[in-house]
Amino acid sequence: MTAESKRVTKPSASWLSSVPEMAIPVLAVFTALVIGAIVIWASGADVLKAYKGLLEGAVGNVTNLTETLVIATPYTLAGLAVALAFRCGLFNIGVEGQFNMGALFSVFVAFSVKGLPTHIHLPLSLLAGALGGALWGAIPGFLKAKLGAHEVTNSIMLNYIAVKTMDFLVKNPLRDKTSSIPRTPFILKSATLPPLLADHRVHAGLLIAVAAIFVVYWLLWKTTLGFEIRTVGANPDAAKYAGMSVTRNFILAMVLSGALAGLAGTGEVLGTNRNLPASFISGYGFDSIAISLLAKSHPFGILPAAFLWAALRNGAGLMQVRAGISIDLINVVQALVIVFIAADEIIRRLYRIKKPKEALREIVFTRGWGR
Amino acid sequence: MAEKKSRFSRLQVLSVLLLLLGLFLAVIGRTRINPASVSALGFEKLGQAVVPAQRGVTILGVVVAAVALAALVLSKRNPRMAAAALLASVMVAILAILTALAQGGSIDLVGMLASSLRMCTPIALGALAGILCEKSGVINIGIEGMMLAAAAFGFGANLFFKNIWVGVLAAILLGGLMAVLHALMCIRFKTDQIISGTAINILAVGASGFLRRAYLVKAYFVGQTLPIVKIPLLSQIPVLGTLLFRSQPIVYAMLIMVPAVYFVLFHTPWGLRTRAVGEHPRAADTVGVNVFKVQYINVIMAGCIAGLAGAWFSLETVGSFEDVMTGGKGFIALAAMIFGNWNPLGAFLGALLFGFADALQIKLQILNVPLPYQFLGMAPYLVTMVVLAGLIGRTTPPAAEGKAYEK
Repeated sequence: MTAESKRVTKPSASWLSSVPEMAIPVLAVFTALVIGAIVIWASGADVLKAYKGLLEGAVGNVTNLTETLVIATPYTLAGLAVALAFRCGLFNIGVEGQFNMGALFSVFVAFSVKGLPTHIHLPLSLLAGALGGALWGAIPGFLKAKLGAHEVTNSIMLNYIAVKTMDFLVKNPLRDKTSSIPRTPFILKSATLPPLLADHRVHAGLLIAVAAIFVVYWLLWKTTLGFEIRTVGANPDAAKYAGMSVTRNFILAMVLSGALAGLAGTGEVLGTNRNLPASFISGYGFDSIAISLLAKSHPFGILPAAFLWAALRNGAGLMQVRAGISIDLINVVQALVIVFIAADEIIRRLYRIKKPKEALREIVFTRGWGR
Repeated sequence: MAEKKSRFSRLQVLSVLLLLLGLFLAVIGRTRINPASVSALGFEKLGQAVVPAQRGVTILGVVVAAVALAALVLSKRNPRMAAAALLASVMVAILAILTALAQGGSIDLVGMLASSLRMCTPIALGALAGILCEKSGVINIGIEGMMLAAAAFGFGANLFFKNIWVGVLAAILLGGLMAVLHALMCIRFKTDQIISGTAINILAVGASGFLRRAYLVKAYFVGQTLPIVKIPLLSQIPVLGTLLFRSQPIVYAMLIMVPAVYFVLFHTPWGLRTRAVGEHPRAADTVGVNVFKVQYINVIMAGCIAGLAGAWFSLETVGSFEDVMTGGKGFIALAAMIFGNWNPLGAFLGALLFGFADALQIKLQILNVPLPYQFLGMAPYLVTMVVLAGLIGRTTPPAAEGKAYEK
């Protein structure tokens, strides 16, 4: 048991010796941006102008910086969601659906429950959002644990189902009849996440996201629960022989992961949008996977990764204006980052980084269908 | 985890599902259909059968349930008979659903089947791609992305070269190119295959979106689609002619490739090698099979097939490219693959089932059935989940899939 615990806690310990390891994500981003530059150049635009626009759009002034933080807020929570599931050996590709369900549950509580003071209504709305995500995450977790159905396909199907459910509800029973565009009514003041800066959109959701990082870290590395989750992730067979319930941990990890994803959607509704439009298609699902991979699934890595991703997203608009490059280029860069981090041997070979002597057991997702 | 032997076989699970469907149909027929209305079921030019809707649906529902029950009883002693009974039960169920839909109006059965066949084409091709990959031991959840990118680039090539056939070729090649990336990551760099597939999917969304906004929207919209090819004489046969010999090229290609892939996998030395690699690469290596070569060729071939499926979206049906137009068909294809137990013929039947669900959903929207369109649109995804949940663990995937082979 002790030998097992030593191995599982390894990633957080002796970080000094793993400096070259930590350079890999940075080099992956760098390499992806270089390839992005080649794409820009090949499509006949000015690379320098484009990347300058990207930087300025991301952090050029207070407004741009706070807007980046607004985007970084859901990214942090959604990235944490994926990272937590990764630690249990589960690939939660269903963040998109859980995000939407969280938004749906929270907006309902936030506009329909009237007459509550803020210190009750706001936590209640947040809780509703987390619950919505948790329920939606529990379904693939349950199917995986009890039937062995791979969580990836099921959560992708649930993403489509969530989007369609939300579309129906927002256009019909929850629709604000006074508005010409299909959306829910505005949430009540008592359920609003207050802004952190006057005249800017950055809101208290950011504080929740940062707090969540510490909570997830504490949960994973300082509690028995987290130890079990990580052990199941590292080696389900060993966990089983040590008397842990693999099925229970699978479901639990998906529920917690879904709750975090739901909270990400909640922040968007209670802090940024103040209502839920039918066109609330976020694309956070895939981004959150990239963020988690970039952070090597460590909670402390999530914040910088989420900030970088938000900066790329937020800066892309100005890049498009300045250099006439479609913002979709950022998607290409993002996919390349994932490729380079997933296949880190490419980066190792490119920059001559040696493999660590004692190779850490990487979490394996590819267990096939129903195993 | 799911190591415990499942107590019920695949056939039994399917029988129970159909039994429930049959009872459901019978109850619906008894309670929800106006006794006075009649359904007209058309058989093209051959005329139509007019049946009283209520009695028709109820009786057909009971028949579905009875045949499914028979299959359940037979499943232990005579699996072959049970499978045949199950197939018959499915057909009757489809007839019952159509009768229920046609009440007070008429539905052309042949047209319905033809549109199912059309809708199942990308799913069947995607399932073939999945089978080729997985039989050689490589999981490929990037089929969706390969289809999407191929749809975009195929349409782009059509615009650029002003020749739709060049577009199809470009789609096939691009699918193959994406597969080269997947193969390199999985076989050469031994990346986790699920992560590699996800990266392919994200790359496809980004690259196709970039291509569309940067080039395709500026170009004139042509809306040109692949022509319907009528095979002389054969297309004159009533019913069968409409179904099989008056289709667009990619439907034909699919109809040829399903048996072709089946033949290659189960009746040629190459197929034997492929299956050996997927089941036990070490043993295959020992007897002199080049494991990596077999995997590379299979994965790249699969990519080309997925590329052809991509061309179906942009060049055969719509005649343009829209963002994320594949709409999860690549994942549904994987479900069809599992449904068919990694056998091309079975996967085709699975794809046909999903194609029917899709055709039905579209028909329901046209008929203005009082159900929100969002829920109708959910049907294929729900069916996929139910099928996966019901059948997984009862099918046998290639034993060595998902693990990179270390020489």
